[in-house]
Amino acid sequence: MPDILILGASSGIAAACAHKYAANGYTVWLAGRNRALLQTQASDLAIRYKAQAHVLFFDAVDYESHKAFVDSLSFVPDVVLLAFGYLGDQTLAERDWQESERIIGSNYTGAVSIVNQLAILLEKNNKGVIAGISSVAGLRGKKNNYIYGSAKAGFTTYLSGLRNKLAKTGVHVLTILPGFVDTKMTEGMKLSKPLTAQPEAVADDIYNAISKKKNVIYTKSLWRYIMFVISNIPEPIYKKLSLG
Amino acid sequence: MQKKAITNWGNYPVIDATESSFQTVDQLRVQLYRNKASIARGMGRCYGDAALSEHIISTLDCNNFISFDTANGIIDCQAGVTLDNILQVVVPEGWFLPVTPGTRYITVGGAVASDVHGKNHHVDGTFGEHVIDMDVMIGDGSLITCSSTEHSDLFQATCGGMGLTGIITRVKFALKPVESCYINEKKIKAKNLDEIFDLFQQYKHVTYSVAWIDCLKGGSNFGRSILMLGEHAKKSELPAKLAAAPLRLPQQANLNFPFYLPGFVLNKLSIKAFNEVFYRKQIAKEKQSIIPYTPFFYPLDAVQNWNRMYGRRGFVQYQMAFPLSVSKEALIKLLDKIRRKGFGSFLAVLKLFGEQDSLISFPMEGYTLALDFPVRNGLFEFLDELDKLVDEYGGRIYMSKDARMSKELLHKSYPHIDTFWSIVEKYNPDNKLASLQSARLFTHKIKSNQPCQIY
Repeated sequence: MPDILILGASSGIAAACAHKYAANGYTVWLAGRNRALLQTQASDLAIRYKAQAHVLFFDAVDYESHKAFVDSLSFVPDVVLLAFGYLGDQTLAERDWQESERIIGSNYTGAVSIVNQLAILLEKNNKGVIAGISSVAGLRGKKNNYIYGSAKAGFTTYLSGLRNKLAKTGVHVLTILPGFVDTKMTEGMKLSKPLTAQPEAVADDIYNAISKKKNVIYTKSLWRYIMFVISNIPEPIYKKLSLG
Repeated sequence: MQKKAITNWGNYPVIDATESSFQTVDQLRVQLYRNKASIARGMGRCYGDAALSEHIISTLDCNNFISFDTANGIIDCQAGVTLDNILQVVVPEGWFLPVTPGTRYITVGGAVASDVHGKNHHVDGTFGEHVIDMDVMIGDGSLITCSSTEHSDLFQATCGGMGLTGIITRVKFALKPVESCYINEKKIKAKNLDEIFDLFQQYKHVTYSVAWIDCLKGGSNFGRSILMLGEHAKKSELPAKLAAAPLRLPQQANLNFPFYLPGFVLNKLSIKAFNEVFYRKQIAKEKQSIIPYTPFFYPLDAVQNWNRMYGRRGFVQYQMAFPLSVSKEALIKLLDKIRRKGFGSFLAVLKLFGEQDSLISFPMEGYTLALDFPVRNGLFEFLDELDKLVDEYGGRIYMSKDARMSKELLHKSYPHIDTFWSIVEKYNPDNKLASLQSARLFTHKIKSNQPCQIY
């Protein structure tokens, strides 16, 4: 049975992906900090899909632990899904360095640290897919989330470089760029309905993109065009806009 | 946190509220502390204002199965798991829901809070009767495990208590064994009300029974209906083709109702025409067939968003029950009022309830009729008139479908309402759990609830 390692497995998108892969016969490894919650999710997958599901403790911002975490894996993942991230509070982060650091640490530094280690493992075995959930917010800075956006921009660039490096190996790298998704992260925000995806639909998109070895996907796919337009607005105009 | 427009299945009323969700009880506790008044909400399939409040706590992210004892048919799951999820898991193992309403798109938490009934009420009672134990987070944030023997007052007031005792986070309940995922269905035409009443009595021993009734027909065909009976099909009753995999449901396509139908489409004429076709479609007096459980229990689930049929103004469901001894007389008067008014209900469903002995649940021994009415001018006045009739005959109205009954009627028609409220006050003394409905029906008793804006 193929194995999927999901890092940050309690997030809305990650949980939906766990269901999708469990339903398709994968052994699912749920990694994250909240062991009790992940254990509940693992039992759920076992009951719903008769799937093998296990829990691993993983802390994205404990960089020191990442090498040991990868060394301790009893399997070589066929798919790694990097799903952790932290939106944070932009206004707070502008004044409070700790909040900024949390945002950068989770979305960029932690991601780079763990993927570095996993890339070594996969390259050695010459197989596997690394799928990273970045964000359309990383494509152009916006006043209400540019610290998060810039960390995601860094991660997107990292993934494209890694894809380039591993292109001639058996390891594939997928960059996932979700727009608005109806999850805990966006709770309490007023989001445009037609632009907001359900986590299950995002999981379907991710599953298909991984099987087809796509390089970069937007989900909903509509976001490709929206971000094309947004990215091409001349800066003198863009800087004066208030985009939701 | 920004407010957004939220409404339940009837699309009436629509309110402006904040919403949050939780995966763990710790997260839930924080949300309970943070907000003045909250109510739990699952799939929002109650029709009216029961799951609406200033702040809504969605249970949909609290949706894990905890255990499934396949040998004894006992399932333990979190409150946000839907009946659809459960069917997918349990049917292949030869188990079925003990009680199911007409949609499988409700959560387990909602099934308990409304203490839902199904076509088998006269045999198996309500959903709550099959619950072994459950966890409820009460107003002060403590999590209490309750059952019919442990914290039994909380248990009784939570089954059918419309979320007012606390937030249900986990429910463990007993399933019923089945040999197949098919139903052995029998449909019988009744040409008038007398006949359908006789048929219900005659087929009382059958597990599932419900009737569709034409509420616009007058004269000698007044109350013409089709009685639908069903039993879980035994493996030996299945044709060879189905018997090979008796527990595997055949694939079915779902339809979607893509937009709100303009209000004028459903009128007396179109409903009359629909009823005529529906009644005449079945030519024989009796018809027997083996069908999958989905079209038998959930005919409307096949059309997603069917509520849009009633237009943007929404609709109200009006479901009442009458004591057995006066059911016929009361229903004749009620149906006659509806027919005269021409406020035809597109879907009118009649059912004979069995005995019910519980604190706050809706069913009582006698007949229940469920009607849909699109919201329009004069409707609420008309429903007030129907309420008078319900009151006169000692009937009552189903809170899960209600968006407008008066508190007077509620307090007169639910005999244990004061005991219920004293239990609510014991576990939820500051009215932390409050809904638009509770504000309406218990307004004289609530201290702190602030009504939210209704569009």
